[in-house]
Amino acid sequence: MLEIKNLHANINGKEILKGLDLVVRPGEIHAIMGPNGAGKSTLASVLTGNQAFEVTHGDITFYGKNLLELSPEDRSREGIFLSFQYPVEIPGVSMVNFLRAALNEHRKYKNLEPLSATDFLRVMREKKALVEMDNKLANRAVNEGFSGGEKKRNEIFQMAMLEPRLAILDETDSGLDIDALRIVANGVNKLKSPDNASIVITHYQRLLDYIIPDFVHVLYDGRIVKSGGKELALELEERGYDWIKKEVEETV
Amino acid sequence: MKNNEISTLNAAPTVRQEPLEQQYIDLYKEQRESIKKHSSAVMNTSRDESFARFEALGFPTSALENYKYTDLRETLSVDYGLNINRISVPINPYEVFKCDVPGIHSYLYFVVNDAFYPVNDPVHNKLPEGVIIGSVKDLAASHPELLRDYFGKLSTAKNDGLVAFNGAFAQDGFFMYVPKNVVMDRPVQLVNIMRSDVDTMANSHNLIIIEEGSKAQLLVCDHTVDEVRFLSNRVTEVFVGENATYEHYKLENVHTKTTNLSTLLIDQRKSSNVLANVITLHNGITRNTIEIDLDGEGCDTLLCGMVIADKKQEVDNFTSIIHNKPNCNSRELFKYVLDDMSKGGFTGKLLVAKDAQKTAAFQTNRNILLSKTAKMRTKPQLEIWADDVKCSHGATIGSLDESAKFYMQSRGISEKEARLLLMFAFTNDVIENIRIPALQDRMKLLVEKRLRGELSKCEGCVICQ
Ligand SMILES: Nc1ncnc2c1ncn2[C@@H]1O[C@H](COP(=O)(O)OP(=O)(O)O)[C@@H](O)[C@H]1O
Ligand SMILES: [Mg+2]
Repeated sequence: MLEIKNLHANINGKEILKGLDLVVRPGEIHAIMGPNGAGKSTLASVLTGNQAFEVTHGDITFYGKNLLELSPEDRSREGIFLSFQYPVEIPGVSMVNFLRAALNEHRKYKNLEPLSATDFLRVMREKKALVEMDNKLANRAVNEGFSGGEKKRNEIFQMAMLEPRLAILDETDSGLDIDALRIVANGVNKLKSPDNASIVITHYQRLLDYIIPDFVHVLYDGRIVKSGGKELALELEERGYDWIKKEVEETV
Repeated sequence: MKNNEISTLNAAPTVRQEPLEQQYIDLYKEQRESIKKHSSAVMNTSRDESFARFEALGFPTSALENYKYTDLRETLSVDYGLNINRISVPINPYEVFKCDVPGIHSYLYFVVNDAFYPVNDPVHNKLPEGVIIGSVKDLAASHPELLRDYFGKLSTAKNDGLVAFNGAFAQDGFFMYVPKNVVMDRPVQLVNIMRSDVDTMANSHNLIIIEEGSKAQLLVCDHTVDEVRFLSNRVTEVFVGENATYEHYKLENVHTKTTNLSTLLIDQRKSSNVLANVITLHNGITRNTIEIDLDGEGCDTLLCGMVIADKKQEVDNFTSIIHNKPNCNSRELFKYVLDDMSKGGFTGKLLVAKDAQKTAAFQTNRNILLSKTAKMRTKPQLEIWADDVKCSHGATIGSLDESAKFYMQSRGISEKEARLLLMFAFTNDVIENIRIPALQDRMKLLVEKRLRGELSKCEGCVICQ
């Protein structure tokens, strides 16, 4: 579904991604690990069309479409979802209005009628239950005054509402206690199907006890320098990243 | 200039040599008796005095500290007609005006240009006992004892050219009297309608008296009918008695050739509660002067405003809250959304007198500029003489939050819709401070339409379509 070839991207003239390749097929879960500053969030930003990042080389296709030509909103409507590392607070915009606008734009894109108010509220109720989200959060402004954990849970709630084909979770596990982690992972697993895929960005192995990846990639200095199965995550947990850095430097 | 014609001042708007004021000074001297004859004794008491003050002050210019953000030169050079001889204007507002606030069920009144339009609404007969609403001119003649102690008491103390001009030329206006301990069962609505075939100026003077323990809500709407140039210069004096509650909503939705100059003067007595909410949805040039004096202990004041402007629209809100007595709370909240070449001005004057201990006063002005050519100027002006007070003020000028916009887009919401949601959210807390539910609902809709660019003038009101 997703094919990234030789991707280079800059921010403020500084090159962050330096030739990244990745292929994701339906049904797969890919974990991307790597030290701080390696470019993991940058990859997520480029995939979702954040204008702050400039793609200088390379191609990204999503179900055969040139992703780089699509607006952020169309990428979302095509089924790409990012659970933000730092979700944004939007004072004054209620969760209900925000999600109704989002859901109806998705439906319009698929030539479906907008959901009626009752149907919308029913869907909202179901998905809230899925991530065990507090009613009172859903009645507030988007992320406003939410704790770190509440924000992360809200990301998964939105994901449940929008039912993406490709979900990118950027450090959704950081800042979560074990309970919250289990709920978030449960949410993700329940949404899993043979037709959709996930990219799980993390630098702890912890989350991968709950969400079992098919592939683990190490992103280092703007490139994927190593890929393997789920055992690679365990190895990274034990040995850290230094040996990877060494390997990379030796090949250079 | 014939006696029974609308007096037009100049034949052609040629480049003028003499000062803008001169023609009005001449007009007053010439028409002094007519002006008085078509008004009433109470209104005439201070007329000459006001005229003398206008002669001395002239029209305000942006060289004055209080008028820094208002530029009236261009609009004052227009050749406006004044209807000094009270020629009736061919319009029946009761037939053509359909209120665009469904479910408000108000007591409805009209001022057409500068004259109170005769009441012709059976609902008027249901006014609570003792409540008097009508023409200032007529009621000043029939109930002089009621108006004498109030009329001009706030306005004649102002050293302001526009207020002085109004004092000289205003011949009528809206009057509302709510006696002691009466709770009005519905809001009162005053619609100012500008209707004329030639460029027209209207001066009106409103007087509102809310006695001890009473409660009233007034919604003032400004509407323009014809596509000529209008200038209105209106003064409203409001006296809010002890323990009384008064809400004043002003909704401006007029065409771009309109200049609206409005002065709202409110005097609050002990433990009274006032909410003033001034909303400009669509306009030409607007200057609102709002001055609230807290003259008793334990007063509560909330002054809000919102401006949505684009094209070359200009809005200046000059506000002043004066704490003269201890233990009063005031809050002020103004929000502006400015696009294109529009200009906004805000002054938040706050004075806390030496005796006004335990004052709590908070002021906020937030502004969003949607274009590089829009301009906002904002000035808090705090003068605090008491030492035991809690005061704060904050002003910001910014653009829409890009990260919030991207976050919404990443959920599939179009950029246009995301901007709209953010702007709507931005103005929402001003709308939340409307305590008439039907009006609040309607405002939400109107603001949304306005932000979508679907509202150019008064929505749903027949005369404007
Ligand atoms: N807005 C920005 N401006 C400048 N540099 C940035 C910005 N965002 C990220 N970077 C830089 O890009 C690099 C990669 O960041 P990021 O993708 O967030 O890393 P990761 O998510 O892997 O920790 C870092 O060196 C970071 O400092
Ligand atoms: Mg990151």
